[in-house]
Amino acid sequence: MARRAVITGIGVLAPGGIGTKAFWNLLSEGRTATRGITRFDPSPFRCKVAAEADFDPELHGLTPQEIRRMDRATQFAVVAVREAVADSGLETGALDPHRVGVGIGSALGATTSLEREYRVLSDAGRRELPDHAYALRHLHDYLTPSTIAAEVAWAAGAEGPAAVVSTGCTAGLDAVGHAVDLIREDAADVMITGATDTPISPITMAGFDAIRATTPRHDDAAHASRPFDASRNGFVLGEGAAVFVVEELQAALRRGAHIYAELAGYASRCSAFHMTGLRPDGRELARAVTEALDEARIPPGAVDYVNAHGSGTQQNDRHETAALKAALGHHAYRTPVSSIKSMVGHSLGGSGSVELAASALAMRHHVVPPTANLHTPDPECDLDYVPLTAREHRTDAVLTVGSGFGGFQSAIVLARPDRSLR
Amino acid sequence: MSVRTVITGMGVATPHGLDITDFWAATRVGKSAIGPVTRFDVSGYPARLGGEIRGFTAAEHLPGRLVPQTDRVTQLALVAADRAFKDARLDPHDVPADDMGVVTAVTAGGAAFVQDEMRKLFSRGSRHVSAYQSFAWFNAVNSGQISIRHGLRGPTGVLVSEQAGGLDALAQARRRLRKGSALMAAGGFDAPIHPLGWAAELAGGRLSTSGDPERAYLPFDAAARGHVPGEGGALLIVEREDAARARGARAPYAEIAGHAATLDPRPGSGRPPGLRRAIELALADAAADARDVDVVFADSAATARLDREEADALTAVFGPYGVPVTAPKTMIGRLQAGGSAVDVATAVLSIREGLIPPSIHVRPSPDHRLDLVTGQARTASVHTALVLARGAGGFNSALVVRALD
Repeated sequence: MARRAVITGIGVLAPGGIGTKAFWNLLSEGRTATRGITRFDPSPFRCKVAAEADFDPELHGLTPQEIRRMDRATQFAVVAVREAVADSGLETGALDPHRVGVGIGSALGATTSLEREYRVLSDAGRRELPDHAYALRHLHDYLTPSTIAAEVAWAAGAEGPAAVVSTGCTAGLDAVGHAVDLIREDAADVMITGATDTPISPITMAGFDAIRATTPRHDDAAHASRPFDASRNGFVLGEGAAVFVVEELQAALRRGAHIYAELAGYASRCSAFHMTGLRPDGRELARAVTEALDEARIPPGAVDYVNAHGSGTQQNDRHETAALKAALGHHAYRTPVSSIKSMVGHSLGGSGSVELAASALAMRHHVVPPTANLHTPDPECDLDYVPLTAREHRTDAVLTVGSGFGGFQSAIVLARPDRSLR
Repeated sequence: MSVRTVITGMGVATPHGLDITDFWAATRVGKSAIGPVTRFDVSGYPARLGGEIRGFTAAEHLPGRLVPQTDRVTQLALVAADRAFKDARLDPHDVPADDMGVVTAVTAGGAAFVQDEMRKLFSRGSRHVSAYQSFAWFNAVNSGQISIRHGLRGPTGVLVSEQAGGLDALAQARRRLRKGSALMAAGGFDAPIHPLGWAAELAGGRLSTSGDPERAYLPFDAAARGHVPGEGGALLIVEREDAARARGARAPYAEIAGHAATLDPRPGSGRPPGLRRAIELALADAAADARDVDVVFADSAATARLDREEADALTAVFGPYGVPVTAPKTMIGRLQAGGSAVDVATAVLSIREGLIPPSIHVRPSPDHRLDLVTGQARTASVHTALVLARGAGGFNSALVVRALD
């Protein structure tokens, strides 16, 4: 019998509150966590807003040495791992560590620490050659994001296949897709998977400023992220991590685990078009959706909810709307579609997993989170984006999509494992 | 039985050159490409040797508009990709674009690019940061740029597991072929010879500080004192065997027959490292026995602990002196994610030429009980090769390359 992969534990660390409960409360109440940047002085930058998480690592169980060793993104991931493992009820000590693997997504890895340390080594750019006498031993780890996977594995006692999946803004979906592959091919029975990114730093901000990808709107920071709204003018950078315990279905059933959803289908595509531009017709995203639905053996008409990439750039939201119409046909108009980036911002590689967590929680509660700040419809974005308030809605199958630089398009389908297979 | 994954094209960018013929000509005779670093002034640092790709001018190989947009690592990846597709003799109309994809591994993205932009940011202000910064830096840049240049509209992937990444990317490509894609470009690249990379490698504590190119990188030698970094990597074209046949592809070089990856336990746990298990799982995946393996391309970290671990894993699986082992990395240095991909290319050539290239300058410590091929190449009938890679952080990856009967 074919091996199937299911989510049995979730941990989330997102702006607006630490932990899955706080995260779901924010989403279901339609509150936003975007604000004026506090992590550094944003005054020289075009974009001055972000969705920051108020996170005290020591308060969340990390030791001083762990805090020194781990970048903020790694800290987020490890805290989320602990929540996910506890939520799953798995006794990791009783598992064969060789059968537990790790696939963690991240677009920018340990960028906060790397930038902080290079600033010291270059003496704020005065020195052309960094002064290695000022280097922390952990500088190597900060330059090499694979350390995130190692730290996650150590936190979970995993010694199976491990890697960081770093496809940029689709990494949070691709990492989970990778985990599903490894479960299905019997390389692991349990995967600790998800994604983390904490990109709110001057160098990231400056890079997005330079191509006007982020919003310049800073007079109303709480309402700056406006996916699908006619007034949208760029995304709001966020930070966050979501981690899942993913198990082989039969093993999860045997131990009586609570199953959030089956990871029923996954696909990724590249558009071979432009590093930052998107084909207007959304062809590759549509193909990824179709392929993921086929793998899940779910017809387009059975999709109850679409968790959108919905970054809030002019280009993305049109592209995505076109792709959903191409892949779902007329059903695209009937199924609710929403972007939680309106509330928690765009945490780059982290976002795919944070949004997958929202999707799994939507299935659990039969509540679809809203698209906040959506007041003015855009004629080119004419689907049901669940404006402003969450909606009670029977949700048994969810499509989550992502789109990123490099032309990467990914889709995951979540479904109830006891559905009848087509 | 699932369809085989066959290698039909290879492109390399290594300190032995950008042409695979030059690369093999130097590799088979044990020529060293390690020398003083010239890309920046290393005189103030305790480590001064590297495996550089000398005389590389991106504009000679790539469209002018791509050059200012890309880090050196991406330029090397694009040049190797051009050559790999040419080597595979792929007519763009042979395979639908939707059935072709790309998976690459990298360790630190376009790190030299971001270093320069950070300096501009700190010293001159945010308005001086390049419009290319946001996409020249991230780890996905190589897969993105290769897909655009070669019109690949199928599955994509990017893996980071340091030195192990090149093997993990090839394994990922094999998965995509098994899921139905016809052709994948897969490999790994890194270009760590820049000031920030140097400071980071020094901080990591594994760099050799020897100034003597013949004594600096000596894996499995009692005098092992760390490694010399190099730059570059390899991209392989892998195809589903039936799809390759259908398009009338050239006779494939070899197949990717097996793979496995493991992670070492948390330091201080007292549990054994995971390399042996990776080897055993990869052999099982290839339905191969230890006796079937004709050569092992070792990870060759060149620290006392890591060499000991690797030698122990090899003697546990193959017995003392049980299989020829080699480290052609001693000629070009460790290329991080690129290094393991280059080793796969070398293994393929080794199979084709019936020759095991040597590990140079090394006098193997008898404690390791390895049959290390040293001095000069060894003539051998190579049907099955095992390539090992271990990434900083404890990543173990093992890949089996096998001749097609």
